[in-house]
Amino acid sequence: MIGVISYLVFFSTVAAILAIAVLGLNLQWGNTGLFNGGVVASFGAGAYGTLLLGGSAQAGHLGGYELAYPVALLGGLIFAGVLAWVIGVLTLRLRHDYLAIATFGVAVAFENLMRNATWLAGGAQGLRGFERPLRQTLGDGFLYNVAFFAFVLALLVLTYVFLERLTASPFGRMLRAIREDETAARSLGKSPSRARLVAFVTGSVIIGLSGALYATFYAFVSPQDILPILTFQIWAMLIVGGAGNNRGAMFGAFLIWGAWSVSGWALARFAPVEAQLFTGSIQFILIGAVIVGMLLWRPQGLFPERLIVSQPGDFSTTKP
Amino acid sequence: MIQQLVDGVLVGSFLSLGAIGLTLVMHILRFANFSHAELLSIGAYVALVFDKLFEALLPVFATKIGPLSMDWALVLALFASIGITALSAVVIDRLVFARVREKGGELSMVFASFGMALIIRNVIGLIFGLQSVLYSDEIAFAMVLSRDPLLLVKPDQVFVLIAALAIMVGLHFVLSRTTFGFALRAVAENPALAQIHGVNLKRMIMIVWLLGGGLAAAAGVFYGLSYQISPVMGRDLVLPIFAATIVGGIGSVYGAVLGGFVVGIASNIALSILPSGYSPSVPFLMILLVLLIRPHGLFGEARA
Repeated sequence: MIGVISYLVFFSTVAAILAIAVLGLNLQWGNTGLFNGGVVASFGAGAYGTLLLGGSAQAGHLGGYELAYPVALLGGLIFAGVLAWVIGVLTLRLRHDYLAIATFGVAVAFENLMRNATWLAGGAQGLRGFERPLRQTLGDGFLYNVAFFAFVLALLVLTYVFLERLTASPFGRMLRAIREDETAARSLGKSPSRARLVAFVTGSVIIGLSGALYATFYAFVSPQDILPILTFQIWAMLIVGGAGNNRGAMFGAFLIWGAWSVSGWALARFAPVEAQLFTGSIQFILIGAVIVGMLLWRPQGLFPERLIVSQPGDFSTTKP
Repeated sequence: MIQQLVDGVLVGSFLSLGAIGLTLVMHILRFANFSHAELLSIGAYVALVFDKLFEALLPVFATKIGPLSMDWALVLALFASIGITALSAVVIDRLVFARVREKGGELSMVFASFGMALIIRNVIGLIFGLQSVLYSDEIAFAMVLSRDPLLLVKPDQVFVLIAALAIMVGLHFVLSRTTFGFALRAVAENPALAQIHGVNLKRMIMIVWLLGGGLAAAAGVFYGLSYQISPVMGRDLVLPIFAATIVGGIGSVYGAVLGGFVVGIASNIALSILPSGYSPSVPFLMILLVLLIRPHGLFGEARA
């Protein structure tokens, strides 16, 4: 029984961490219509930034500043934000798909840099030597995992509340206005490129938070953790949940992460030995099929965006 | 340095072929197609199947052509592959992109293209295995063009360059001398106005996919001749091809040709400065550079 509960805690922790990233992506794609092809770049920036600042000294590469955890976490978020700002400044005034290409490129380059630059962050070996916060008091066992889950959950709720308030605010209305009709928004004196940049950087910082928590949870990060498939998984979560709907986004994260875990387990358990080599391929096809299938048959997701009308008229009597 | 320059030109020849199709699709359908590079994989693998098939059915064709490592069967397979890949590009559009286009915006298509890339790449891996293969197991010896500075070129590479240039010249005449070429340019400029003048938009879109798929198949086979074929070749080529279209300017066929060569040469020269592990990052750095200096590329125009 304790085994099941402890697995559920582990599963929910990872799903909740990914849900934070999906919320960040939802601000970019769902609310603002920005296509982020490199979710893993922000995720990785948060993860690497936090571990580099908060870890103990390692031979052969940077890091080991042993800063207090909140400071290290903040540093990771700033790193993710600065990276997003650079990309945003360069691409957000251009055609929409430039952002898609540039963000995809930055993710490839980030993974490539982390894999090769051993002097920077350990290269392919990854980044070790990080002490999880409060490990002295809570130990390494079940208690720590429950406490960490509570911490992640609190941050997830905090992010959710922040985003709900942000999207209900005048700024959120402006983002949706820009998404729906940029020219009209501009005619009202709004600056689309600035609003987009703010939304893009904010979303990337939230994705960076998710990466930082992920790295904290495992006390380790390596280039294997920032492969492009993570971007696709996070997208699938958002599209299944429903772009523009924060609750749907969180639900999608748990659903897709559950499906991913179950399919991985089932393939490992039931697939014949000679097919084991291909479990990755089969899972990737499933993720691709989920993305394409949702776009074809239910583009609004399981939980569609609730469109808010600022001054609702009485539509019940004026129906055609 | 001269060796890198020559290698870069050879790499550029298949990057250009891939970029021409991508830039046309991006211009006319207005979406960044991340699954375009998978058409190169489809082309390479279809050619592999037909190569083995022709060799088995018609042993006459299994003889090498002069100094090349390829045989006549592969030449026939190349044409078969161009046809089949072109058709599969149309089929993918009909099944997925056309439907997404009707429902959602341009960016939904970008999402769909990522999903399709993931599906195509891994289905190929399931069918053909994850290891990389060669068209011919025979070692193609490089010709020594010059000893000082040392300059080595494989006969296959010379063939690839000549064939690619021939295809591009042919395309140039089609685009600049035929009614089809004018119609295509009209659709790219203004789809609504082109339709008023009697251009069949649906047919033009189909022809663009046929063209893009056919060129991608040739590029895929040429890539396979120069290196090797593997299920992840699309993943490795997607960024260089995008870099070529952005350097050339989205929508410009001639820009795509030039962009392909620029990216090919720059990547190879960068390899003489950077450790080879960093080569996947070079196209991204080139994209950044172009966005900084000349966002619309060499031949592109500002258009939202």
